[in-house]
Amino acid sequence: MDPLFVAAPFTGYVYPNETVFPWGLMIVIYPYLTGLVAGAFTVSSLYQVFGLQRLRPVAHFALLTSLCCMIFVPVPLLLHLGHPERALNAVFTPHWSSAMAMFGFFAGFYVILLIIETWFVFRPYMVQQAQRRKDLLGRLYHVMCLGSYDLSEEAMRHDRKWIFALAILGIPGAHGLHGYVGFLFGSLKSREWWSSDMMPVIFLFSAIISGVALLIVLYVVSCKLRRVPIDAACVKVLGYTLWGFMMFALLLELVEFGSLVYKGREGIDMIMQFISTRLLVPFFILQIGIGAATPILILSFLFWRGTTGRALVAGIMLSAVLELFSVLMMRFNVVIGGQEIAKTGTGLLTFPWEIFGREGLLASGAVLIAPFLLLLVTVRILPPWHDSPAGASH
Amino acid sequence: MDEKKKLEESQAARRSFLGYLGVALAGGAATVAAGVLPKETQAAADAAPAPAIPNYDWSKHQWAFGVDATKCIGCLRCVEACKTENEVAGDAHHFRTWVERYVYLDGERSARVDSQADPVNIEASASEGKYRFANRYKEAKVDKAFFVPKLCNQCTHPPCVQVCPVGATFKTADGVVVIDHTYCIGCQYCVQACPYGARFFNEELSVTDKCTWCYHRITKGLLPACVEVCPVGARIFGDRNDKQSPISEFIRNNRVNVLRPDTGNAPNVFYVGIDKEVR
Repeated sequence: MDPLFVAAPFTGYVYPNETVFPWGLMIVIYPYLTGLVAGAFTVSSLYQVFGLQRLRPVAHFALLTSLCCMIFVPVPLLLHLGHPERALNAVFTPHWSSAMAMFGFFAGFYVILLIIETWFVFRPYMVQQAQRRKDLLGRLYHVMCLGSYDLSEEAMRHDRKWIFALAILGIPGAHGLHGYVGFLFGSLKSREWWSSDMMPVIFLFSAIISGVALLIVLYVVSCKLRRVPIDAACVKVLGYTLWGFMMFALLLELVEFGSLVYKGREGIDMIMQFISTRLLVPFFILQIGIGAATPILILSFLFWRGTTGRALVAGIMLSAVLELFSVLMMRFNVVIGGQEIAKTGTGLLTFPWEIFGREGLLASGAVLIAPFLLLLVTVRILPPWHDSPAGASH
Repeated sequence: MDEKKKLEESQAARRSFLGYLGVALAGGAATVAAGVLPKETQAAADAAPAPAIPNYDWSKHQWAFGVDATKCIGCLRCVEACKTENEVAGDAHHFRTWVERYVYLDGERSARVDSQADPVNIEASASEGKYRFANRYKEAKVDKAFFVPKLCNQCTHPPCVQVCPVGATFKTADGVVVIDHTYCIGCQYCVQACPYGARFFNEELSVTDKCTWCYHRITKGLLPACVEVCPVGARIFGDRNDKQSPISEFIRNNRVNVLRPDTGNAPNVFYVGIDKEVR
């Protein structure tokens, strides 16, 4: 039988109960996924609301990416809960003062919005397919049309209005969802590493860059898989978006870190010891150095030199991969790092890695990959591509 | 005359309307405040209805706890009694109460701190289920040393209650923070929120657990198990509503401290004889 818990080794003095980490890898994956949801939605909104036409090739793909990630957002939470069967208590009998209780409402609202917007966006395609196909899939499209087969100009105008309104509403929806995740950590006064008013903003910006980076990677990979030329102009705009938000996100993070050190409140000695030893590699080297500063330098170089074509796409793609890794490391350093600094302010714990088990490395990896497997299936049912005849022409 | 009467009636109607409006606004504001602010008012609202405990009225008591660190000898009988009384897991990672040892060695400016859960102490007792402090400073010159018993502070503004997404943990009218194990979803947000490390996860039941000052005992007129077994009277318990109770006298006769007052949690465990390094 698996042990009921894994105790963490420690140095210095830690409270006896602290030796079992309350939150593990699933709570690292959870904000990462919500961040991708918010970020991908941002890309879709840049096209739908702010009219960035260059992003047309990825706009609908971004919507599907956001939806597929969102569907899996509750999974890490459910896997973490001691009583997942009671999870809905938080929605049916919410405790209004709890930041966490609001999650169900934020998430529920956003999922419904996302589904409705996706339905409007793909309605013309679904109607065409329902009328053309006679097989099982055709029946599925019939059901998905919900009896709405009108593709007249007036109907489409009506649809466009809805899409625009939903996309606007989705901006506070998606970002509220993720800002709230930052608040969940930032509002706790028990941990100096988390307790910051800037946490929601930092989470929000890292969410946007992770979503944009994800779209870059997924778009380039999808073009390779479908053997279609990559729209370099689209990738360039995504690259610019990533570049801008990244500089801001990095700055915010450094300001927050600087302010924590400068204020030097109780427990700062332990935090300084922590960052100069244990956090040196995961924070300074992996998250900040390789994950954030390197892609900023790469992108700066590319845009300064005016690089075009394959080299530009490759450079942006590399930066996006590094950035995705950086944001994952940020989530890890916040969630796990925060718990490694003991509440006593005089001790450090070491996170006990688990490979198997409900919250182990394998399960966490599976939850992280699952949305993209779903996306693989979804793009076959609802092709978001603009460059193929089968794709949506809207 | 009629006009005067009419005017009075209309003024009365307006007053009553304004009254209703006032009540409605106050009610709305109170609802919002109760939802957001971790105030006593909310605790009282959450606490209703009173539990069906025979011969016990929770509105008549206001329990509080005192720790006289100058008396504690670190015998750890309290820890053992608590584990037995409350069926707490017998390992070194789950405690409703524990004891910390602070030792200032000669020439050192800060204390060396350990608890019974320290690996050296466990090795000395040869079992995680038996508790003792190893005589690890035998060879050193000790400048100053003392023990500090720790337990849940049953805060007046408990951050653990504030963050619980389902309200499974709540503050009773008599001042104790308890958990409904049949309703807790096991998210452990409350474990994170407690700055004192007083909460832990009960893996057997998959819910959070904590000290309740032995609520099942105190509501029957008994003392908490740890207070009952303390051989030196380092743990004091009683009802603050009773001016002659041990805790009322303890607070009256001493200059008492609470842990981490800066958090605004307003703890209800009052300490005497703790040093600046005790958190």
